[in-house]
Amino acid sequence: MKTVLIEIDGKKIKAPLGAALLQVARQNDIDIPTLCYNEQLEAVGVCRMCLVEVTKNKRSRLVASCVYPVEENLVVKTDSEKINKIRRMIVELLYPAVPEELAQKYGPQSPRFVPEYADCTLCGLCVRYCAQIKKGNVAYFQGRGVDRHVALIPELAEECIYCSKCFNLCTGGLITGLYDKPEYQKLPSPENKD
Amino acid sequence: MTRLTSDAQLERLKNDLLARSKDKKIVSLTNGTDGKTRHSQKVLQAFVEQIQKQGLADRVIVKSTGCHGFCEIEPSAIISPQQICYVSLKVEDVTEIVTETLLKGKIVDRLLYQDPHSGKKCTRESDIPFYALQHRLVLANNRFIDMESIDDYIALGGYAALARALYKMTPEQVLEEVKNARLRGRGGGGFPAGRKWQTTRDAPAKTKYVVVNADEGDPGAYMDRSLLEGNPHSILEGLIIGAYAMGAKEGFVYVRQEYPLAVQNLEIALKQAAQYGLLGKNILGSGFDFNVNIHRGAGAFVSGESSALMCAIEGLVGEPRPKYIHTSVKGLWDKPTCLNNVETWANVPLIINKGADWFRKIGTENSKGTKIFSLVGKINHTGLVEVPMGITLRQIVYDIGGGIPKGKKFKAVQTGGPSGGVLPESLLDLPVDFDQLSRAGSMMGSGGMIVMDEDTCMVDTARYYTNFLARESCGKCVPCREGLRHMLKILNNITDGRGRPGDLQLLEELSDFVRQASLCALGTTAPNPVLSTIKHFRSEYQAHIEDKKCPAGVCLELISFYINPDDCIACGLCAKNCPTDAVSKDEEKNVYLIDQEKCVKCGSCLAVCPDKARAVVKRARTPVEEKV
Repeated sequence: MKTVLIEIDGKKIKAPLGAALLQVARQNDIDIPTLCYNEQLEAVGVCRMCLVEVTKNKRSRLVASCVYPVEENLVVKTDSEKINKIRRMIVELLYPAVPEELAQKYGPQSPRFVPEYADCTLCGLCVRYCAQIKKGNVAYFQGRGVDRHVALIPELAEECIYCSKCFNLCTGGLITGLYDKPEYQKLPSPENKD
Repeated sequence: MTRLTSDAQLERLKNDLLARSKDKKIVSLTNGTDGKTRHSQKVLQAFVEQIQKQGLADRVIVKSTGCHGFCEIEPSAIISPQQICYVSLKVEDVTEIVTETLLKGKIVDRLLYQDPHSGKKCTRESDIPFYALQHRLVLANNRFIDMESIDDYIALGGYAALARALYKMTPEQVLEEVKNARLRGRGGGGFPAGRKWQTTRDAPAKTKYVVVNADEGDPGAYMDRSLLEGNPHSILEGLIIGAYAMGAKEGFVYVRQEYPLAVQNLEIALKQAAQYGLLGKNILGSGFDFNVNIHRGAGAFVSGESSALMCAIEGLVGEPRPKYIHTSVKGLWDKPTCLNNVETWANVPLIINKGADWFRKIGTENSKGTKIFSLVGKINHTGLVEVPMGITLRQIVYDIGGGIPKGKKFKAVQTGGPSGGVLPESLLDLPVDFDQLSRAGSMMGSGGMIVMDEDTCMVDTARYYTNFLARESCGKCVPCREGLRHMLKILNNITDGRGRPGDLQLLEELSDFVRQASLCALGTTAPNPVLSTIKHFRSEYQAHIEDKKCPAGVCLELISFYINPDDCIACGLCAKNCPTDAVSKDEEKNVYLIDQEKCVKCGSCLAVCPDKARAVVKRARTPVEEKV
C-alpha cells in the first residue's frame, strides 16, 4: 500500500494512504477523544468528539478523524480552542452519560442543560456490536431526530442476559438493564399459553 | 408504437405528429394535483362529453396537463390556436366554452382572468401580470403537454436534444456544453453540475449511476412535483443525456411516495420511452444502453440528503453518512453516482438544444438560467414562478405575487425551506441568486418562498422550523440531535413566556456549535432560521423574553382575548361559538365577559364578533387585563 507523509500537531508521520486519521494518530501516541469509536466496529463519525482541523490546499475544515481517510500532505491539528469548544459542548449536552475521564477533561462546572437520557449518549456501540460482531441484531435505534433511542427486539431480548458483551461497551449504563424492562420480558409463546 | 432506430426516425415522427394535429383546436386543461383539488377531473370529463355531443370530437383535442404555475386560478384552460385563457373553471362553464369559443370562435368574457389591481381582463395567459415578468423555460411546456403523452412531448421537439447528443456529440462534448453553461444544482447546494458530472465521469469504475433527486420535502414547496407530473419526459431526457455523458448504464429516480400522481406519470413516461426505444438497449439505434428504475421514498425529509438517499435506494435506513469521499466518486453500492435534482436534469435538454451560450445569457454573473420558486404564504397570488436569476425579491413578491393580502404590511420572506433563513423588508431589493441569498444569511434551497405579513411572529416562525428539523433530523450525530433539542426547548420557553435573560446568547452559542460540528448539511444549515430571525428581528425576541409580550399577537401564552364592555352589543355570538364555555353574560350590565381561566385562546370570539361592534380585542397579556 502507498505510504504518504502527513503532519499531525507538528509531528511528521508516515501513514498508509486512505487509513483512518484517528488510527494513525493513536498509533503515533497522539490522543484524540472519542465516544462512538471502537476498533472492532465500523466507524460512523457520529459523536463528533474526534473532530480535528485538517488543512489541504490552504483550506482548513473540521472533519471526524475516525472516518477521515489520510492523504498526501495533510496538515492536522487535533487540539485548538475551536475544537475544544465543540468537545466541551458535546460533553455538556450528554453529561452525565459520558465516561469519567472525558467528563473531567471537558465537562462543565455546572451543566446548563437537562439531558434527555442520563444513561445513554446514543453512541450506538451496543447497536453496532450486536449487528456486526454478535450478529444478533437485537439492539437497534428506534425513532428519528430527537425521538431517537436504543431499543431491543422484544422477541430476542431474552438472549441479552446470556450474551451481555455490549454491556462493557456502554458508557452511560442504559443497556445493562434494558433487557430487564417489562416490555422485553419473555413473550408468551403458543406452547407456553397454558 | 414502433421502436425508433435513428435520429431521422424521431424527426419523422415529430413531423407526423404535427401534421396530425394541424388545423385542430386544442383545449389544455390543468389537471395536476393542484387542479384536481378543485375538481378539474370533472371539468375535463365535461369537456370530453360536450365536445362529443356537439360533434366536434374529430376537430378538437382535449389535453389533461400539469400545473401551468398560477395554481390559485386553477382549473384553467388554454384554448388554442387563439391561446384564450379561461380561469377558475367549473363544470357549468364548459358548455358555454364549447359552443361559444370552440364552435363560434367567440371569447367568453366572464371566464377571463381579471387583474384585481387594474380591473383589466386578460385574454391570453401571458397578459396575466403573474406570468408577465416570468421567464418560463423549464415549466414552459407544462401547458402544451398532456401529462400522459410522450407524443405531445416529441411534437414539441422533445428528445431532439438526446438525438443530437447521441448522434452529433461525443460524451465529452456533452459534458463540455453543460460545464460551459455553468448550470448549478437546483436542489439547494448550488454546486456546479458540470463539475459534478466530470468527477463521476473521471472516477475509475466501470459501473456508474445517475440519480434524480425527487424527494422534495420542504414545507410549501412543490415545483418538482409539478414538473414530474406535467412534463416527466423533460427530466428523463436530461437524465439519459447525463448518463451518456458520464458513461452510466443505469439510473434511479428517487421520488416521494406522497406524490402519487407524479409516480404514476413517471411510470407511464418510462414505459412509453422504452416502447419508442428511447430507453433500454440500443437507444435510438445509437448503441447506447440505459435503464431507469423508480425508487419510492418512504417519507423522510433527511432522505433528500445525497448519502441518505443512496442508503435508502440500497435498502438501508435513509440516514446520511460521512462523505469525505464524494458520492460522485463513491455513491450507490460504492460506485460513482451523480445525483441531481429534478429541475437540474430538466435544464439539460434546453442546454443541449439551444447551446451553452444561450443559457449563459440568462441570469447573473455566477448563477445562470432560471429558477422555479413556489410562492406561498401571505401573498395575493400563490403559485409557481419561474424567473431569471437576479430578479429582486420585491419584483417576485409585489409584481408577480401581487403583494400582501388585506392591505397588511410585508414582514419577511423565508427562502430555502426549513434550513433557509428569513429576509426582512430591508433586503427586498436583493437580487435573487445562489450567492446573494447565502450572503444574506439564507439560501436558494430548492426554491420554497414563504411570504409572511405583520401578523407573523418571528420567534414562533423560528420555533416552527426548529421543531420541524429536530423531528426530521436522523438523530445520529450529537450536535444536530442534542443541539436542536435544546434550541427547541429554549424557543418553546420563550414563546411560552418563560424566556430568561441569556437565552439569546445561549441560542447563538448552540447555533454556532450545530453549524460547525454536525455531520451533514441538514445539521450545518439547521440553525439558519434561528440565526436569521435573531439577526433581523432581535427586538421581537427581546419583547418575548424581557416584556413577556408577543408583538405580532401569535404566541398564545403571551396574549389574551378581552371584550370591551363599552362596545359589546350583547349579541351573544361569542358565547355561542366558544368551545370551552369561557364567555358568559353579565346580566346586570348586559355585556359578555371572558373567563381567562377557561379561555383556550382559539380566537373564535374575535372571529365572530360583528363588525358593527368589534368588542372582542386581542391584547398582549398584562396583569391589569387578567383582573378584568
